[in-house]
Amino acid sequence: MTASFQDKPFTIAGKTYQSRLLIGTGKYRDLDETRDAIEASGAEIVTVAVRRTNIGQNPDEPNLLDVISPDRYTILPNTAGCFDAAEAVRTCRLARELLDGHNLVKLEVLADQKTLFPNVIETLKAAEVLIKDGFDVMVYTSDDPIIARQLAEMGCCAVMPLAGLIGTGLGICNPYNLRIILEEAKVPVLVDAGVGTASDAAIAMELGCEAVLMNSAIAHAGHPVLMAQAMKHAIEAGRLAYLAGRMPKRLYASASSPLEGLIR
Amino acid sequence: MLIHVNGDPYEIPAGETVADLIGRLDLAGRRVAVELNLDIVPRSQHAETALSEGDRVEVVHAIGGG
Repeated sequence: MTASFQDKPFTIAGKTYQSRLLIGTGKYRDLDETRDAIEASGAEIVTVAVRRTNIGQNPDEPNLLDVISPDRYTILPNTAGCFDAAEAVRTCRLARELLDGHNLVKLEVLADQKTLFPNVIETLKAAEVLIKDGFDVMVYTSDDPIIARQLAEMGCCAVMPLAGLIGTGLGICNPYNLRIILEEAKVPVLVDAGVGTASDAAIAMELGCEAVLMNSAIAHAGHPVLMAQAMKHAIEAGRLAYLAGRMPKRLYASASSPLEGLIR
Repeated sequence: MLIHVNGDPYEIPAGETVADLIGRLDLAGRRVAVELNLDIVPRSQHAETALSEGDRVEVVHAIGGG
């Protein structure tokens, strides 16, 4: 960013971040690769899942939170794998205890294994309970503008529609719905899920998203650390392009070189 | 007495607390969260929370996820 132009900061639940890229910690080869990819991405908010501790197995196994320190990163626990509101609420309460009272959560309530599509009815129910219980809820949802509006009005601190199904890498499948969601946005809108490569992330940012959350696009790339770096640049490029405002599209040519003074 | 830990039956001596159980599981000092019969047991109360026959305990931690 040049000195002459200062972007407004990206703020979630009262905290300001430099990076508009949020990344997941799943699907990496090992914790070293996870750490290196996060480092390369410049992300300051990283998602984690909450799961049963394996009893009696590898007690010395390194813990994710030893590698991704909550002192350095904003840890965003998710409710992945939850298929109803009650499970999601329970998971968030465990996450809050795990993170010493940290209230920020990524709520996702899924509908079925095949699509991992959000169950918006259960999502709305869970969001209501969590907000009453003092959580700051970043909510994963479908790209339905009406549901997105309801989640924002209810008090979610960020609305995160999918660009494509989780883990598909299909990119921005319905930019028009995202545009409607963005036009009405009263809280930060982030694309969560579907991004496959750097250009997808740039498109999400050019549409006006405040930030993008991704996991598979980096973790399942041929070279995750390199892709993390690519994503960092794509997010920045897309943001700048959004702020700059793209030229209008036109059907016919418009010469870039002046027509005057041509040799004849 | 018999309790359940993360869904599996687990035998402990009567009169043990959540803190005793965490120690028994080699998890003392680890970053875990504990739920007892669907209620969170804050870390500060592990030592004073007694376990009873039939209790259902969940012990969770953070792992990679998106």
